[in-house]
Amino acid sequence: MFTKGTKRKFSDPGEEPASSGDPGPAAPSAAARTLSSSYSLQRQSLLDMSLIKLQLCHMLVEPNLCRSVLIANTVRQIQEEMTQDGTWHIMTQALAAAQCPADRLVATEVLCRQTDAAAQAGQSPKPFSVVGLQEGYHSEEVVMEGDVETEVTMSSLSPLSPQLSSASYLTGPFEVGPCWEEEDEEEDHSESSEPSLMSEHSRHPALEELFSDVDPSYYDLDTVLTGTPKMGPYDLLESLSSHGPTALSSSSSCRSDLNELDHIMEIIVGS
Amino acid sequence: VKYPDCLCFAADIISTVEFNYSGELLATGDKGGRVVIFQHEQESKNRPHLRGEYNVYSTFQSHEPEFDYLKSLEIEEKINKIRWLPQQNAAHFLLSTNDKTIKLWKISERDKRAEGYNLKDEDGRLRDPFRITSLRVPVLMPMDLMVEASPRRIFANAHTYHINSISVNSDHETYLSADDLRINLWHLEITDRSFNIVDIKPANMEELTEVITAAECHPHQCNVFVYSSSKGTIRLCDMRAAALCDRHSKFFEEPEDPSSRSFFSEIISSISDVKFSHSGRYMMTRDYLSVKVWDLNMENRPVETYQVHEYLRSKLCSLYENDCIFDKFECCWNGSDSAIMTGSYNNFFRMFDRNTRRDITLEASRESSKPRATLKPRKVSTGGKRKKDEISVDSLDFNKKILHTAWHPKENVIAVAATNNLYIFQDKIN
Repeated sequence: MFTKGTKRKFSDPGEEPASSGDPGPAAPSAAARTLSSSYSLQRQSLLDMSLIKLQLCHMLVEPNLCRSVLIANTVRQIQEEMTQDGTWHIMTQALAAAQCPADRLVATEVLCRQTDAAAQAGQSPKPFSVVGLQEGYHSEEVVMEGDVETEVTMSSLSPLSPQLSSASYLTGPFEVGPCWEEEDEEEDHSESSEPSLMSEHSRHPALEELFSDVDPSYYDLDTVLTGTPKMGPYDLLESLSSHGPTALSSSSSCRSDLNELDHIMEIIVGS
Repeated sequence: VKYPDCLCFAADIISTVEFNYSGELLATGDKGGRVVIFQHEQESKNRPHLRGEYNVYSTFQSHEPEFDYLKSLEIEEKINKIRWLPQQNAAHFLLSTNDKTIKLWKISERDKRAEGYNLKDEDGRLRDPFRITSLRVPVLMPMDLMVEASPRRIFANAHTYHINSISVNSDHETYLSADDLRINLWHLEITDRSFNIVDIKPANMEELTEVITAAECHPHQCNVFVYSSSKGTIRLCDMRAAALCDRHSKFFEEPEDPSSRSFFSEIISSISDVKFSHSGRYMMTRDYLSVKVWDLNMENRPVETYQVHEYLRSKLCSLYENDCIFDKFECCWNGSDSAIMTGSYNNFFRMFDRNTRRDITLEASRESSKPRATLKPRKVSTGGKRKKDEISVDSLDFNKKILHTAWHPKENVIAVAATNNLYIFQDKIN
């Protein structure tokens, strides 16, 4: 009756852990440890699930804004709690240290224009950056068809990079612009670039085959959750709601005034 | 009386159900943009058993799918809400809306036609004027009843976000429409203009954390309306206070129980429907697990809370995973405000008597609803031991959800929409 999914049912620490299927702890201290690790696992899986939900919203019809807002709020709650726990920092470091197999999706970021990305590449790595930025890195701005407020960045990595053979594709266009760029300079950039991954959903037929071998099981939490306000889950919201603005928000006023059609043509041509 | 249910198209999924003010007509809207209106059978001495049946009165295509070329997105034709206007003459009027456009429909009967025209034949061909030697007055002859629906007004291009509610004002001249972030006030005669009375869109969409989920006009005070939010709050606004009702007159919110806090607390507190009582003294809200009755004079907590399916509280993670936690259930009052009704899963729906505090669970399904048969109460077993007729929580079918129900304004007749079937039940003990 329930769709296949995580085996563990999420339960608060106060609720009985029996439903989660964890083995009963032997001693009280072990119990506390088991309980909290079980809670952490559940919380993590809830976070992963929420990110999938936010990413897989792209359909032919506009996604449900209420649902997106509620999921984004849930993600934010988890992030806040994990930040208070101190587990947030641990997790992001663990992600940074992990190896990156060749067929994984990399980077999940919304980048500014190509020039900005290239400029940033030489500077301190930022959590949203494409892994292994190097020469030959090439990113394009694509405006989601018809959506004035949103952009999609497709980065195709240079063939020089042995690790990163697949292209990365952002499903959730984020606000970009000079103001975004400023945010990039903030403290989170101490993190080294890491194999950040995100599930994808391509709406463009030409791109589908690029992502056929994508492993959707990794998600770049940083991209969605790392604390700079402009880069929160609301960016996803913005994109996913895909609502043409009647009044442009302040950050969109910073954005490029490149022709939307040009961007679409770039993607199609695959330059 | 049921929808023709031999074919199960997705287009037939019922998306709204609404009785008119007298209860004589029952309108349903579906995912395919169609409206079907049922009419209560007249009493007849010859066939007294027919009383209580609703038969199809009119069917028309209200909305068509559209394509927004600017955003490359489809606009669904699904009818989100239907609201009747009070009847003022022989014709009936209703408002129907999809995500973006509201339409005013006139439904009128024609049971006579004129015969004996001078200038044209009976089959419509024009007669040669020179051949006419005498004049006659056309007479009205009876004909088979024809029910025509025609769109009288189209209220378009006023909503950037998806319309979730429409509500006719008690002045019978204006109505409001609400989407995720804004509420507009319209005059029924004017389609090219509407007043924006609530706007909660933040300057920066990244700061968006709350949306409007439902809105309704007060049944008697034409200056008062309420709107609910995804954070479980209700705001009552007075249109006399300001042109833009961003500041509420009253703010209804129940303090959270800290012991039951979880990551799902906000989601299940999101209000999916708000309805004033007929008296105008109370309002009812539906969130994921409960129905709450509020006294308009008390803002800090509801006066009554009814658990719809508390056994789902331990399943919230699974329900989040399969998206059921986002289902928007509606609720309704009976004519005297003594009882309330709302839907659940497995084609169950629940009725609560406010006076006796008794509640009942019933099922809307073909197996359990033979015509003239009495519905048997159902029960979901929550504990380990399941009794004979009970159904366990894990056996519930979460694809069979009853989101839309309606109660006749005067009689004990209810309409329950179960996916693509409409059930009409009547209380025999009257």
